[in-house]
Amino acid sequence: MEITVAQTISDETRKHLNNGGKLFGQCVTAVGWVGGTIPEMTEDEGIVELPLSDVSNPGMAIGCALAGNRPIYVIRYQGFLWYNAASLINYAAKSKEMWNTHCPIFIRAIAMEGGVGPVATSSEHSMVMRKPGLPVFAPMTPNEWLQTWEYFLAHDDPVFCSEHRKSFGICSEELSNPIQFSSPDITIFAISAGRLSAKEASEKLYKRKNIRCNIIPIVQLKPFSIIEKYIDELKKTNLGLVVDSDNEICGASRSFAYELMLKTGYPVYALGIADKTAGFAPHLDNGTPTTQDVYNKVLEIIAIANK
Amino acid sequence: MQQLDSFYKVCYNRFFEFEVINAVKNGKINAPIYLSVGQESIPVGVYSCFPNAAIFAQHRCHSWYLTYGGNPIALVDELTHKKSGCASGMGCSASIHDPSIPMFGHSGLMGDQVPIAVGYALESKKTTVTVIGDGSVEEDYVFASMGFAATKNLPILFVVEDNNLAILTEKYVRRSWDIVDVACGFGLNAFHSSDDPDEISNCISSLTLPALINVSTCRHLWHSGIGIDGPPAFNSYNSYKQKCKILGVEVDEIESKIINEVEKLWK
Repeated sequence: MEITVAQTISDETRKHLNNGGKLFGQCVTAVGWVGGTIPEMTEDEGIVELPLSDVSNPGMAIGCALAGNRPIYVIRYQGFLWYNAASLINYAAKSKEMWNTHCPIFIRAIAMEGGVGPVATSSEHSMVMRKPGLPVFAPMTPNEWLQTWEYFLAHDDPVFCSEHRKSFGICSEELSNPIQFSSPDITIFAISAGRLSAKEASEKLYKRKNIRCNIIPIVQLKPFSIIEKYIDELKKTNLGLVVDSDNEICGASRSFAYELMLKTGYPVYALGIADKTAGFAPHLDNGTPTTQDVYNKVLEIIAIANK
Repeated sequence: MQQLDSFYKVCYNRFFEFEVINAVKNGKINAPIYLSVGQESIPVGVYSCFPNAAIFAQHRCHSWYLTYGGNPIALVDELTHKKSGCASGMGCSASIHDPSIPMFGHSGLMGDQVPIAVGYALESKKTTVTVIGDGSVEEDYVFASMGFAATKNLPILFVVEDNNLAILTEKYVRRSWDIVDVACGFGLNAFHSSDDPDEISNCISSLTLPALINVSTCRHLWHSGIGIDGPPAFNSYNSYKQKCKILGVEVDEIESKIINEVEKLWK
């Protein structure tokens, strides 16, 4: 039987807690157990229910890490990072460089969308990417999540795991495989839930317009080294697009596009969440670029390139 | 005799800071400096009850480091930006760090050491002391941390160094409440104390943790730097020195000895 991302997270968490690890979060043992990603265990077994105090809570996980544990810290909506990020960025991430003291926390920040309003909608990984000392990943498949977890266990850094609720039901590794055409027209570098939209858009563009989009998933967002693979892929098309589930302005998509352009000299565009506020209704949502958004963007930039 | 040991530490803390002032004047230190002059007795009182505690302080913490056995040479090196400093020269005055005590560095966010200390106490189950000023105790996350410590019955002491000033803004301008009342509201044992180390010691020796002690004290120098706006409202060092003298401590001899010691450190 195939195992979903949610079940993978739950299983690994259970193992971790059985080995003396701790998990901190707000209302993590409540209805749904955070999308089925938290094993149904007790405080005695390592789950620490925290007060509704987003600014103080990460500090408690940091103190736990300083005392020698490797805690998991759960942020149920990435929008809550606006409160939570302060000590994660300024203490946990800087501790090694500042004091040569390791502060290994696995930060599970979960993105959501679908009419959930101005804070809870969308990813916010770009916010934490701006500061040093915090490797950032955005896994979308069970193996990708496991690799992120194994990276954490093998290193002494805190790790920011940008999860997306849309990934929790995924059990296939298909999304991990790049989409490759023999004579592609454009290379799409896709991040988080943007990978789902990019994949569907690619299929439509091929069927309707005979436009061939190569898709390269980016899982490790930071440290971001432009590996040869990305450059080689871009050289196949001389035209790129980075799609992300975070805001486009000052976000990961534009940052990556900029780096890729500098390295290659080819135009690379960015497509992230639009610069507007999401409301509390599906028709007022402002989430990850949709399949249609990616479809339209590709047509637009190919038209510009052909001029 | 407890006063002998306490006076020695208080005196060392104070004259170490006077040498820091000289070092700033001589250009040896080129970074913000937060001096404990006037507040140097507080860690001594706490140490007498909890000598093995883990320390989570913020800026103005030289005296905590020295009282808890930090290497003074490593502190001199830290303040003069050397790799051999206790925080490898990265922390300077504001962020003293030494895992051997253990004392943990501060990020620069006022009061964020408090939830971190609570997490440390939760995991380690060891006695933990976190030090805050009367300004940083107003940070909202400090309240949640006190509440959580009470809920989980953690072995932690919150020490508020209450000099009545946030930089230069007095308490009455900033708030209408008393931190001891607040802490009691959270279910902590909480008390006011003067900064006489014997009184601090007496006060906390009878406490069950988690607890909070608000210590009234007087910062003699500027918030940052070596400047002075005028004579201090009170001088606890002189009072304590006088008291120890009456109790038979050879205070002048101790002072002379320490002045020589700390001068040598800086040479």
